[in-house]
Amino acid sequence: MDAFTVHTGTAAPLHRSNVDTDQIIPAEYLKRITRHGFEDALFASWRKDPDFVLNRPEYQGVSILVAGPDFGTGSSREHAVWALQDFGFRVVLCSRFADIFRGNSGKGGLLAAVIPQAAIEELWEIVEADPAILITVDLQERKVNAGEFTCNFEVDDYVRWRLLEGLDDIGITLEHSDVISEFEKRRPGFLPSLG
Amino acid sequence: MSRTLAEKVWSDHIIHEGEGLPDLLYIDLHLIHEVTSPQAFDGLRAAGRPLRRPDLTVATEDHNIPTFDVDKPIADPVSRIQVETLRENCKEFGVTLFPLGNVEQGIVHVVGPQMGLTQPGMTIVCGDSHTSTHGAFGALAFGIGTSEVEHVMATQALPLKPFKTMAINVEGALPEGVTAKDIILAVIAQIGTSGGQGYVLEYRGSAIKALSMEGRMTVCNMSIEAGARAGMIAPDSTTFDYIKGKPHAPYGKDWESAVSYWETLNTDPDAQFDREITIDASALRPFVTWGTNPGQGLPLDQVVPDPKAVSDPVERAAIENALAYMDLRPGQPLKEITVDTVFLGSCTNGRIEDLRAAAQVIKNRKVADGVRLLVVPGSTRVRIEAEAEGLDQVFLDAGAEWRGAGCSMCLAMNPDKLSPGERSASTSNRNFEGRQGPGGRTHLVSPEVAAATAVRGTLSAPTDLAEV
Ligand code: SF4
Repeated sequence: MDAFTVHTGTAAPLHRSNVDTDQIIPAEYLKRITRHGFEDALFASWRKDPDFVLNRPEYQGVSILVAGPDFGTGSSREHAVWALQDFGFRVVLCSRFADIFRGNSGKGGLLAAVIPQAAIEELWEIVEADPAILITVDLQERKVNAGEFTCNFEVDDYVRWRLLEGLDDIGITLEHSDVISEFEKRRPGFLPSLG
Repeated sequence: MSRTLAEKVWSDHIIHEGEGLPDLLYIDLHLIHEVTSPQAFDGLRAAGRPLRRPDLTVATEDHNIPTFDVDKPIADPVSRIQVETLRENCKEFGVTLFPLGNVEQGIVHVVGPQMGLTQPGMTIVCGDSHTSTHGAFGALAFGIGTSEVEHVMATQALPLKPFKTMAINVEGALPEGVTAKDIILAVIAQIGTSGGQGYVLEYRGSAIKALSMEGRMTVCNMSIEAGARAGMIAPDSTTFDYIKGKPHAPYGKDWESAVSYWETLNTDPDAQFDREITIDASALRPFVTWGTNPGQGLPLDQVVPDPKAVSDPVERAAIENALAYMDLRPGQPLKEITVDTVFLGSCTNGRIEDLRAAAQVIKNRKVADGVRLLVVPGSTRVRIEAEAEGLDQVFLDAGAEWRGAGCSMCLAMNPDKLSPGERSASTSNRNFEGRQGPGGRTHLVSPEVAAATAVRGTLSAPTDLAEV
């Protein structure tokens, strides 16, 4: 995974609460067996509407999504993260993420940063007034800046550390292989097994 | 120190803990299916890592597969490739797979319990958010993403931050015709779709104790719809009786050691939950959703809500969007909403008891003209059991379609889907926009309400039906 320190880009406002992963990527697209190539699937049914924010000319090339509360609810499909990344997003800002979505984001290098709903609404206004405004998201400092606007964001410490270092989660766990083996010796014999 | 059920199971699985680090938790059972596993297997291959414990891993085919013509090759080539990829991966990595046509095949959350693989006190994960279902046995069970699927394949462990705990006390006796599904829909409507975020929910109280295992699974299944990753119910004699004699249940001396451990799995009397809510079961009525998230629900005898009555702008907009999508108007009685399709099935309500309850309602009655009723057993075993009891005939006589096992119309990734604008009453767990097919509209209901709705053609409870 590539390390994530600072990202600067333009943003799109998504004025919706409870954006579930069925909206982010409908099930039809989950039949693919690759980890990439989901850009066409992102918000597939909303994108049929020419007025949908990501279809508007002023929001082309955005890399930051400013979303309403409870983003990423529903299914555990990590395809939702891949679709956002394939489309070009590096950061999602939201006041409340669903747990599994937030966890999945951290694995794949998409930054799910939590800021208060009032700050989301301020950013919506800023971005709508000037869609070309550059927004900087600094993971080291945990800060979002857009012109005069500045705000701290929350992110899990462990996820932040892994993102900053670009570390592979599995590699970290494998360093504990010995203790895993010891734990296995202590497991009760009545537990089910398919062996 | 006094501990909750969730804390007991958690601490019994800690492999390693470190200052400022998540706990490393051992995983007792890893369930996999065709949709969220291919990229994980690819990851293992790319890194040259083996799958650590094939004997603690089990796979089934459920999301993508058709529920008719199951003896023929899958018609959709993209689906076929995904299913074949699972078969090849399981072969390569030594994982037991229950493919289409096998008697153990079915929805992953129906298969685990029916084989006795789901037991109290275990940690169970699956690349599927409804893994919370298995918490009905007092297991700590939760859904994970594909990166975590790969993580568990490679290490049989997961780094996790402890969850907070919430007690959901459901006290009193459920009125006649009110079910486990109505309990959980009422819980979600009360705490909201994010109310459970960061928590393990423990369902407690006399109404929960009185539920069968099927009912408990229905409740725990939808914990994720309240934003919680897991729901749990302390195991008791109902749990033990259900497990006893199942293919993977312990037996002999092992059974005794298992039960004496399982009996310790309950929340200590003076343990503290981070949050606690209480629901009066005797005041519950059959529940139905009117909107596009599972928290947008009301008792069936109510009317569609009016967004103008809501002051919070975000919530008002959410209601307006939902009503526009659902094509409903404020004040419309829920019982006057007509449906085109009724779907009885899914990991929420596709178990034998659900089919029995619906059959009881529909027996000697007919599905309304112009309504299609799709009955889809949650697993092939459920199908066989239902057929042995003659339930298939009850449904067929009423004019329903009787199908093979799978996720079917719960999600639109196999041939069973709604067409744009079509409206359904569904016993599944998600009423999101397009969940059952692009443009489809979903009302979540219990099996009993589903059956009554099929007969009347409008959202209905069994008590609305004329005597036969
Ligand atoms: S039945 Fe529905 S909710 Fe359950 S596993 Fe299948 S798709 Fe998911």
